[in-house]
Amino acid sequence: MSIAAKFEIEYLQYLDAEGKQVRDDLPEFAKDLNHMVELYKLMMSTRVFDAKSVALQRTGKLGTYASCLGHEAAHVGIGSAMKPEDVLAVSYREYGAQLYRGVQPREVYMYWGGDERGNDYQNEPARHDFAWSVPIATQCLHAAGTALAFKIRKEPRVAVCTIGDGGSSKGDFYGAINIAGAQNLPMVAVIVNNQWAISVPRKIQSGAPTLAQKGIAAGLYCIQVDGNDIIAVRKAMEDALDRARNGQGGSVLELVTYRLSDHTTADDARRYRGEQEVKDAWAKEPMKRLRAWLVAKGVWDDQKEEAWKNECDEWMDNEVNAYLETKTQPVTAMFDYTFAEVPADLAKQRDLALSLEKKAH
Amino acid sequence: MAQITLIEAVTQALAYEMAHDDSVVVLGEDVGVNGGVFRATQGLQEKFGELRVLDTPLDETTIAGVTVGLAAAGMKPVAEAQFEGFIYPMMEQIACHAARMRNRTRGRITVPAVWRAPWGGGIRAPEHHSEANEHLFTNIPGLRVVMPSSPARAYGLLLAAIRDPDPVMFFEPKRIYRQYKEEVPDDGEALPLDVCFVLRDGTDVTIVTWGAQVKEALEAADALAEEGISAEVIDVATLTPLDFDTIAESVQKTGRCVILHEAPKTAGFGAEIAARVAEECLYELLAPVERVTGYDTHIPLFRLEMKYLPSAERVVEAAKRTLANS
Repeated sequence: MSIAAKFEIEYLQYLDAEGKQVRDDLPEFAKDLNHMVELYKLMMSTRVFDAKSVALQRTGKLGTYASCLGHEAAHVGIGSAMKPEDVLAVSYREYGAQLYRGVQPREVYMYWGGDERGNDYQNEPARHDFAWSVPIATQCLHAAGTALAFKIRKEPRVAVCTIGDGGSSKGDFYGAINIAGAQNLPMVAVIVNNQWAISVPRKIQSGAPTLAQKGIAAGLYCIQVDGNDIIAVRKAMEDALDRARNGQGGSVLELVTYRLSDHTTADDARRYRGEQEVKDAWAKEPMKRLRAWLVAKGVWDDQKEEAWKNECDEWMDNEVNAYLETKTQPVTAMFDYTFAEVPADLAKQRDLALSLEKKAH
Repeated sequence: MAQITLIEAVTQALAYEMAHDDSVVVLGEDVGVNGGVFRATQGLQEKFGELRVLDTPLDETTIAGVTVGLAAAGMKPVAEAQFEGFIYPMMEQIACHAARMRNRTRGRITVPAVWRAPWGGGIRAPEHHSEANEHLFTNIPGLRVVMPSSPARAYGLLLAAIRDPDPVMFFEPKRIYRQYKEEVPDDGEALPLDVCFVLRDGTDVTIVTWGAQVKEALEAADALAEEGISAEVIDVATLTPLDFDTIAESVQKTGRCVILHEAPKTAGFGAEIAARVAEECLYELLAPVERVTGYDTHIPLFRLEMKYLPSAERVVEAAKRTLANS
């Protein structure tokens, strides 16, 4: 019997759970320790932001919120590798990547606080990125379409989508990587494998030993990465983005991480996963290992940690205040953006809503 | 000036707009080399290349989602759903993203895309090829639902749909794709969206319809005229956003209303028009509103197909009932 095809999936890791360097061939960006400190600081601010969001929800100031606790290396690694001109299409918890691209915490608060203006990111480059996608995996096809637009217009840009381990089961994901392979699109699909799709564990999502290998069937470059190791994530992302930008096609990256939080604030993960598993996951969490590495390099210490934590707290307090001070949109807003211009028939309903509003006051 | 069919008018509109706007791209299954299973995109790939007339993998969800991505990235995609009966996998992308993107981002991201689909029955097609389900889309805010009823309106409305800044479902009544020809100047002149077309003036009864059924409506109007009954025929053309004022004006004049459509009766778009007539024209009505529609059944395979489709005779009978009940 002859072999029609063979494949293997590489696993990439630079820092182990203790922050010990397991490879000597550090990528260029990681040799710049000031830059690594900046990445650590953004991971930390992401964590502070996340804790603040949960606290806001618990006190009734946000609606349901999807936490990103434990995803800091994966998310900041994705965002920091991208160029401003690239486009990011995320699901609903990749705040670390988005903060890097200019999304403001107040915008995240607004979105989860029930205000569409949270999706109207004010800062570039986030302003040309997609807004959070709640329907699972659908945003992968938006990235594919955007990558196709880049290819048609011959722009050296890349579209990046992120998806969870659960989302990688959906047809939209397969469709996106399939057309990316068929058309050699500049697209990078990142599976943030945090082990749980609400209550369904990774092992029930797929019989495949890696999720990265799903891209093999689509003809894409595939790699599995320690998603708690920001050096590995950033390196794999940079390589994938370079390949895409150079016309070498798309990639599928599987970032193996862990959701340390509940799925959302409406979920109770204790119903379906054991305490020991979560305890073990905390031992591998992404910030501890980077902090240990930076401390060993002599560029970070407790004092700096405390100072930056205070800065983050202040930043988030300002953002929360800005969010809380934002007035609710007028009732007409629900009509004003349904179409480019309000059609005559809809204008009558708009008038009705407005008159009811006036009556209510 | 050339006499062309409805399907040729679709091709003509696509070719015109692609030639005048580099951002227009056509995508779908078989749209390239094959020119589409109905030949709507015939010759376009030769003219505009494989990237602007793109044969996609065979996956409706992919076609719909990639269309959203293209449009969000500044292109003007015109996607083809090969048959209306295959459009269901596209609905998530259309409803959850295309139709909502402008609103949910406060206008930051928009989806100026068109989804074309050969619509309806009457061509002896296999199962799943003959659905009339426009009403599934008329209930989705943020979408335009457009259906031409003649070669000239196919040309003008498709140009308007491609130029529209919002997503448009463009349902092409395939039963009349090649039924007759008419002169359609290739002048790039679009027809207005969001307006009904009054195709025939009348004073006794208003017949409201769209798409392929315009043919039956006009035949019915001819038959009624022979009996001295004057029927006004309205082609709704853009179902949503609805130009109800034109319908109301007509019904207020005639006092009678017959709504004709191929889709199943229950919760079909005729129900919306009937409700609006009741809301806004009740005191001018001289008789109950009549609906002549497909049945609340699956459209049968072709041996029974023509018994499912509403006929001009049923419209005549309904119109006469409105006069008898006055």
